[in-house]
Amino acid sequence: MAVSTHNKGFLLGYRLYVGAFFVFLAAPLIAAGTFAFNDSLFPALPWQGFTLDWFFNDTEPKLGMFHDRRLLRGLYYSGVIGVLVASLSVFVATCNAFLFVRGEFPAKNFFYILMILPLVIPGVILGISILVMASNIANGMEDSFNIEIEMLRPGLPLVVLGQFSFITTITSLVISARLKKFDTSMEEAALNLGATRARVLRTVTLPFLRPAIIAAWIVAFLVSFENFNTTLFLVGSEAPLTITMFDRMAKVGSTPVLNAVSFFLIIGSGLLALVSVLVQRDPPET
Amino acid sequence: MQGDVKRLSLILLFAPFALWIVLLIILPHLGMVYLSLREKVAPRVYEFGFGNYIDFIQEPIYWNTLLRTGSMSILVTVLALLIGFPIAYYIAKIAGRRSRGALFLLCLIPLWVSDLIRAFGWILLLRETGVISTSLQKVGLISEPVEFLYNDATVIVGLVYTVILFMIVPLVSTLDGMDDAMVEAGYNLGGSGPTVLRRIIIPYAMPGIVAGCIVVFMLTAGSYLTPILLGGKNSSWFTEQIYDQFITRFNWESGAAFGFLLLAFTSLVVWAGLRLTGQNLANTVAKN
Repeated sequence: MAVSTHNKGFLLGYRLYVGAFFVFLAAPLIAAGTFAFNDSLFPALPWQGFTLDWFFNDTEPKLGMFHDRRLLRGLYYSGVIGVLVASLSVFVATCNAFLFVRGEFPAKNFFYILMILPLVIPGVILGISILVMASNIANGMEDSFNIEIEMLRPGLPLVVLGQFSFITTITSLVISARLKKFDTSMEEAALNLGATRARVLRTVTLPFLRPAIIAAWIVAFLVSFENFNTTLFLVGSEAPLTITMFDRMAKVGSTPVLNAVSFFLIIGSGLLALVSVLVQRDPPET
Repeated sequence: MQGDVKRLSLILLFAPFALWIVLLIILPHLGMVYLSLREKVAPRVYEFGFGNYIDFIQEPIYWNTLLRTGSMSILVTVLALLIGFPIAYYIAKIAGRRSRGALFLLCLIPLWVSDLIRAFGWILLLRETGVISTSLQKVGLISEPVEFLYNDATVIVGLVYTVILFMIVPLVSTLDGMDDAMVEAGYNLGGSGPTVLRRIIIPYAMPGIVAGCIVVFMLTAGSYLTPILLGGKNSSWFTEQIYDQFITRFNWESGAAFGFLLLAFTSLVVWAGLRLTGQNLANTVAKN
């Protein structure tokens, strides 16, 4: 124990502080989740009794989330965007990991800093810079060649690119960290036994990286799913869930259906985060 | 032959990296700077110049918002460090082996819940008809409903809440690596608690502190949802100004100038922080 334990009072105070902190951490999430089960038209006290209507009821005014077409569409787009961003960023991140852990090339340190940079650019700015560039290209194409490129206007492809631009840094760091731990003598042994480079990659190196790749994929999916700042500027008519919910909150005012979505998302992301922690854990040595 | 294969594979690995960084980071930012230097002199007629920046300087609302965003972000960063450090130390050093994992997981789960839902939770707790106001009335501490939302203190609480885990997680992983014997030696040599903290623990945790502060500062200065939802119409956060220029007024030139100013400002603070503490980006932020 790295603290002087003579002082019992100090330790007790310390524990109370830690306890209070976790209450602070949990309180808003509990509030956001609990009102999903309140049989009232407003997410507020007093408690009117338990109901599941905000999930399953199919008529106004208590339209449940599983019958609310706009929210479901948002959920669907978030899922599609998340899967695309996660897959794309994990692919580039795996290349990056090999490039920076194994590769030797001039100005490597400089390029490494470039790779980390997206993490320290505010999301809003990533959003607007990509919006500006895409519109410039689209306008240029339209003016010079009279071709309209729908892909470069705000919409799904731009949202995917915007999120990909900074999530790749996160996944690269996760996968690189694992690759650094790899013992290259295992590859050498396989090569000595006559395996080709491609085969070594497929049967030795990639399986070693698999936990990190899965964890990085999940993390990327979660970050994409909850992203707001970058998405805000790139979104077209296919709005992901965070944007749909924000619109609802700002324009219509909140009803407990938003609590139902919140409850669903808290549980969902909690479980996914748990999976990503568990797959990264090394199996206990026997 | 062997060398050629190596070079080819290096180029193949470099290609996705280069495409990503050049097309999605470097070119867009250059484009943004270029756009910010264009002035609209007449419909569809543009001239190069610093007009958008001059507008920024001449309109106190604009630079006041930037300064306000900056100073509040620094305050939030300091608060997150002061509140988060003891928690991180507890998780890394004091908690038993079992509870350590559980506490760390408890920290990680809210990390993955969207800012929107966290702000929504605070709204439900703090608004006039919210949980806290109603409970205080029930207990009899207050007689009228109290509105806790839409003031600076609430925005700061909300922001600290949103970012504090990004402080705690790097701190825990740094402190985890510290040998308990170092602290014990400090006590054995007659150091008091504060001395041990100042001379041993804090220097050791410095990379984690810097990493946490950078990420937290960046996230706060660039946040949009929390100030708007908890601060209401008058939150005056700089990202809101950028949004306003881009989406509401459709003045992209000035929006791009604002974006560049925010980027320059946050980079400056991050750079100064790294300079002052003698750290660099690669051994702090990238370590986690």
